[in-house]
Amino acid sequence: MNANGSVEVNGSSGANGTSVSIQNLSLNFGAISVLQTLNLDVAEGEFIVLLGPSGCGKSTLLNCIAGLLDVSEGRIFIKGKNVTWEEPKDRGIGMVFQSYALYPQMTVEKNLSFGLRVAGLAKDEIAKRIARAAEILQIEPLLHRKPAALSGGQRQRVAIGRALVRDVDVFLFDEPLSNLDAKLRAELRVEIKLLHRKLENTMIYVTHDQIEAMTLADRIAVMKGGVIQQLDAPQTIYNRPVNRFVAGFLGSPAMNFLDGRLEQADGDWHFVAEDVRIPLATYAFEKDPVPGPAVFGIRPEHVAFNSGTGWPFAATASVEVVEPMGSDTLVWLKLGGQNFTVRVTAERTPNNAEAVGIGFDPMRASLFDAATGNRL
Amino acid sequence: MSDHVVSLPAIGGAGGLEAYGPSGPKPRHTFSRRNIFLYGTLIVVALYYLLPLYVMVVTSLKGMPEIRLGNIFSPPMEITFEPWVKAWSSACTGLNCDGLSRGFWNSVRITIPSVILSIALASVNGYALANWRFKGADTFFIILIVGAFIPYQVMIYPIVIILREVGLYGSLSGLVIVHSIFGMPILTLLFRNYFTSMPEELFRAARVDGAGFWGIYFRIMLPMSLPIFVVAIILQVTGIWNDFLFGVVYTRPDTYPMTVQLNNIVNSVQGVKEYNVNMAATILTGLVPLIVYFLSGKLFVRGIAAGAVKG
Repeated sequence: MNANGSVEVNGSSGANGTSVSIQNLSLNFGAISVLQTLNLDVAEGEFIVLLGPSGCGKSTLLNCIAGLLDVSEGRIFIKGKNVTWEEPKDRGIGMVFQSYALYPQMTVEKNLSFGLRVAGLAKDEIAKRIARAAEILQIEPLLHRKPAALSGGQRQRVAIGRALVRDVDVFLFDEPLSNLDAKLRAELRVEIKLLHRKLENTMIYVTHDQIEAMTLADRIAVMKGGVIQQLDAPQTIYNRPVNRFVAGFLGSPAMNFLDGRLEQADGDWHFVAEDVRIPLATYAFEKDPVPGPAVFGIRPEHVAFNSGTGWPFAATASVEVVEPMGSDTLVWLKLGGQNFTVRVTAERTPNNAEAVGIGFDPMRASLFDAATGNRL
Repeated sequence: MSDHVVSLPAIGGAGGLEAYGPSGPKPRHTFSRRNIFLYGTLIVVALYYLLPLYVMVVTSLKGMPEIRLGNIFSPPMEITFEPWVKAWSSACTGLNCDGLSRGFWNSVRITIPSVILSIALASVNGYALANWRFKGADTFFIILIVGAFIPYQVMIYPIVIILREVGLYGSLSGLVIVHSIFGMPILTLLFRNYFTSMPEELFRAARVDGAGFWGIYFRIMLPMSLPIFVVAIILQVTGIWNDFLFGVVYTRPDTYPMTVQLNNIVNSVQGVKEYNVNMAATILTGLVPLIVYFLSGKLFVRGIAAGAVKG
C-alpha cells in the first residue's frame, strides 16, 4: 500500500548506486493479476529479502527479474540497463532454486561449468572460475561426483556455486533453504550471510521463513497479494509494522491482538477492551487519533511477567495454558476476555490457573485501524 | 505408564519363550492354500497361452506326411528344418518365389527409418509442448490427440491420393512417411507427459545458464529421458513391423513388407496347404518383435511405470 509510489533507495548498506530497479511492474495471467504496478529499487551490494505467504507473488517477482517470465507492464533495470526484453543469460544474474535444479546426468564440475561452456568460454578460464567457486563453497572434494551422490546441503552449495561461477552482479535466491532440515537450514543461512559479506554482490532472496528474512536481510519487502506492504530494515518492520498483516506475519510466537476502542478522557487517549483500560500516553501515534474501534497489538516478549507495578499498564490474570518450548515458555492468559500470550523465561514457568501479574509499556505496542488494518 | 510393564524372562529360562506368544518372523508355508491357488492359476493361464506356440513349433518341424496323421500335439517323430528353409528362401508369394527373405529386408528398410523419424519428430514435439509454452500450444496438442482417435481406414484413400500427387506412391519412403505421421499423436503424448513430469526448475536453470531451445533439448533433456525413448522404440518397432494395412495399401509386390508376404503365403488358394511352411513363416515373421520384447522387457516396464507415476 505504501511502497506503491516510487521508493527511493535509502542506501542502507554502503550503497553507491542502484543495482536492480523495478518500475511500475505488473504481471497478469489472463484475468488474474499477480503483481500490481510494483516499484522496487535495490541498492548495489544490498541483501534484500522478499517475504510473504505462499501465493503473494514473491517468487513470480523473482522470476520476472530473472527473465523467466514475461512482464505485462513496466520495466526492469539491472545495473542501469533496461533488461525488460533481455534473455535470462544476458541480464547478469545468477539464480539458485528451491529444488537445487542440478543436472542429474552431469558431475558437479560439469554442472558448474555448463553455463560457461554454453557461453563458449576458454577452458583455462572455466577451470579458474570453478576452482574459485569450489574453494569459496568448500566443495572441492565433490567435484567429480554426481548430484545423486550428494546430501541436500551439498547440493544446495553446488547450486549456489553455479550462480557463483557466472561472475554476475545480482544473485537471485528462490527459497533456497526450504528443502533442508532445520539444522542444515541454520548452518547454510550463516554461510549465505558470510558469502554475501565476502562477495558484496546484490542479492535478492525469496522466502516465507521470517527467521531467514530477519537474519539475512538489509531490508525486507513484505508482500501480500502482489503488493509490497512494507519495505524497511528488519528491526523497523519488526517493531513498527505498517499494518496488521505485517505485524501478524512477522514474529513467532505471533503478536497479541486485542479488539477494542480508542477513547479520550481528560485529554488522554486510552485503548479500552471490556474491563481493560490501556493508557496510551507513551504511544507515538502516526497521525492524530480519533475515537472508534481499533486493534491493539503487542508482542509476547514485550510483556513483563510478575515484575512489579512500575509499568504504564499492569494487570493480573490467571494462567490458562502453559507451553514450554525449552529456552522459554509461552503462557496463555485471558485479557479483556481475549487470548493473550506472554513469553517467560523457562525458570519462571508458572502453574496452570495460577494468578500472575503482567505489565507492559504501550511505547512498544502497535495500534491498528480496525477497518483498514493500517497503523495508527 | 506402569500398567503394561512385562518382566521378560531370561532366554532359555524356566517356562521357555512360547509362554509369551509369537516372536520373530511369522512362519510361511510353501503349500499354503493361498500359494496353491496363486501358482495354480498362473500355471493354467501360462499353459493356455503357450499351447498354440507349442503346436506351431512342433508342426513346423514335421514333414507333410506326419502332419496328415492329424496328431497336432504329438512331438515330431523325425525333425526336419526343410519347412523353415523353404519359408525363408523359396516359398511363393504371388509372382516371386524367393520366400520371406525379400519381405524381411523390406520390413527392415521400412522399420528403421520410420522408427528414427517418428521418434525424433515426436520427442521434439513433446519437448516443445511441455517446456516452451508457445501461443496456441494447447489447441495444437488437442488437435494432435484427436488424431489418435480417428480410425486409420478413414484416411487411407486421401493419403493414397496425396502420395500419388507427390510421386511417392508405392515407394518405401512413402510408407516411411505414413508410419511417421500416424505414430505422431501417441508418441507426442508420451514424450510430452514425460517431459512435463521433469522438474520445471531444471529447465529454468538451463535457461539462466544460457542454453537455448536445442541446447536444452540435447544437453539436458535427452540424457535424462532414456526410459521413455526405450518405450517409444519398442512401441514403434513392434507396431511398424506388425503393420499389415499400410503395407498392403502403400507398397507394390516387390516392396511388400514381411507381414504382407506372410499373408500371401498362408492365404494362397492354389496347391497343397503346407502347414509346416506356414507355421515356420509365421514364427519367422513374429521373431523380431519377440526378440525386442525379450531384450528390453525390463526397461519397457520401468519406462511405462515411470511415465505412469509421474505423468
